[in-house]
Amino acid sequence: MLVTYLEAIRQGIWEEMERDPDVFLLGEDVGVYGGPFKISKGMLEHFGARRVIDTPLAEAAIAGAAIGAALMGLRPIAEIQYADFLSCAFDQIVNFAAKCRYRWGAAVPMVVRAPCGGGVHAGPFHSQCNEAWFVHTPGLKVVMPATPHDAKGLIKASIRDNDPVIYFEHKALYRRIKQEIPEGDYTVPIGPAAVVREGRDLSIITYGAMVWVAQEVADTLDQEGVSVEIVDVRTLLPLDEATILASVRKTSRVLVLHEATLTGGVGGEIAARIAEKAFDCLDAPVVRVAAPDTPVPFSPPLEEAFLPNAAKVLEKARWLLAY
Amino acid sequence: MAAVKTAPLPAPPETTGTDPEADLAWRFLHYMFLMREVEDRIERKLYRQGKIVGGVYSGRGQEAIPVGVGLTAEPEDVLFPSHRDLALYFIRGVHPREVFAQYMGRVGGLTRGKDGNMHMGDMKRRLVAIISSIGASLPVAAGAALALKYRGSRNIAYVFFGDGATSRGDFHEGINFAAVQKLPLVLVCNNNQYAYSTPLELQMACANVADRGPGYGIPAEIVDGNDAFAVYHAARRAAEHARRGLGPYLIECKTFRMSGHSAHDAAEYVPKHLFEEWAAKDPILRMESLMLERGWADRRDLDALYASLRQQIDEAIEWAENSPYPDPSELTANVYEAS
Repeated sequence: MLVTYLEAIRQGIWEEMERDPDVFLLGEDVGVYGGPFKISKGMLEHFGARRVIDTPLAEAAIAGAAIGAALMGLRPIAEIQYADFLSCAFDQIVNFAAKCRYRWGAAVPMVVRAPCGGGVHAGPFHSQCNEAWFVHTPGLKVVMPATPHDAKGLIKASIRDNDPVIYFEHKALYRRIKQEIPEGDYTVPIGPAAVVREGRDLSIITYGAMVWVAQEVADTLDQEGVSVEIVDVRTLLPLDEATILASVRKTSRVLVLHEATLTGGVGGEIAARIAEKAFDCLDAPVVRVAAPDTPVPFSPPLEEAFLPNAAKVLEKARWLLAY
Repeated sequence: MAAVKTAPLPAPPETTGTDPEADLAWRFLHYMFLMREVEDRIERKLYRQGKIVGGVYSGRGQEAIPVGVGLTAEPEDVLFPSHRDLALYFIRGVHPREVFAQYMGRVGGLTRGKDGNMHMGDMKRRLVAIISSIGASLPVAAGAALALKYRGSRNIAYVFFGDGATSRGDFHEGINFAAVQKLPLVLVCNNNQYAYSTPLELQMACANVADRGPGYGIPAEIVDGNDAFAVYHAARRAAEHARRGLGPYLIECKTFRMSGHSAHDAAEYVPKHLFEEWAAKDPILRMESLMLERGWADRRDLDALYASLRQQIDEAIEWAENSPYPDPSELTANVYEAS
């Protein structure tokens, strides 16, 4: 079945709500309006207002209510309209949800869905990739799918998981990426990374929309006789160190790529693990390509300068190959 | 959570059936005294002996609030205590020794040493642990109430908070969401007039927390927070309202914090005469006077109750002191569900 990334998420939620009466959706404009990106189109009509809840404009209430319902054994999916607004629900997520199991053994089986990412000219408050805020919080799981296949499989796995999961979905992929996916029910487990392209000469470790940039780079280098391996990390917390290190040992040259800003980003953690555990396999320094340390700018030329793209990655990749 | 060896839990006497009001008074007194004595031991003995790890936050003088409200709750109702509501734990069957062990950072505590003092909960007993960012419980309690409504239960949630919490955005977001969704939630404000050192007039510009009720479209009432009967009857009205599907109901219990914010705080910023005035309104003394006056008890009955509770508390402290500290190997356990 050929579906968009957006349709894959929609199907995953829909099927889980059909499968389990404890699964419900809450968020701003998710009901009557069907969500600002139409992820929940038709859900209110099909599942009713009990299970598709239009909330006030209040992210702490959305996250907090999801936590309370999850403590009681329901499986809420809380939609935060833009990942940027996770800041308004931050305390609920990092202090309440993330720490319940550790402190007093209480499970919080909730999913927080957060549309993230730039490339849609939406400015500083509708474009961020802020996954690192949550990767630094033990007790949470953090996923960011790049493909329709993984988007559906990971939303289902997140809903069935018994710990709080932050599910980042990239807005720029919603309608741009189409893929054949299996009919019916399947999940993609939280945790394992995927080697989405096998290669010998260079590893690009990446996730989210940057997986597609990496593919573009790999195609270009392939024509020059360079074989690139791409690891799509998919789950950022907990990190699949084994798959990353295996790729490093294979190619000995590593480029870590993400759309989020450089300093304190997930790439730093990946680079550190490689340095600690695969230093003796490296033929060159680990290189990071990420957005510069600025807010996401609005005007198209500025945003283009901000976002990593194939040209920027190619430049670094060539430097790395020549090292 | 730690399996606690069975031991008789301090419990109030069985109903005599002769006078329901007298029975209620005995139950009030039992739990208020138990809370007072346990907290006094923690704050004035164990803390000073260096046996308590970390902070101590007591509800001295405010016991009528958790006791009066807590005794209106049905067993399947969900409670969200704040940090001055220790009696709610006893009403839900938590043993004092689990509380002492909790304060001492021992394995026998409700969090096995993963967290301290009043940061404890147990979903089996439908008690949800607070976090330190005051007021954060309100949206979560709204979510628990949502789950009860979702499942068509007649049960309700109760959330407890202080005057300081009412300044938080979470307070507003939680109440507003619960009001819009008409969720079965009882909101209990312990207005003890100080948030740490900040007096009420620096906390809010309106006279009463209850004044905010109409702004959310929910009923709100003010009650004498040092009168367990008054608190109980207000909580009954609130619970009845919530159980009937009419939405949240706010009770503002006016009281006074008869201590510092925590054990290390001498509260020198509180005018002395306020402590004196409120000491005369002590909820335990008032309950004793009422019981003696009505002939529900004589002095010997009261002394016998207190002696029995004190003895059980002595034993509970001994048990807690013998409870081991957690092994460092537990450090990384239970961050996530075991796979």
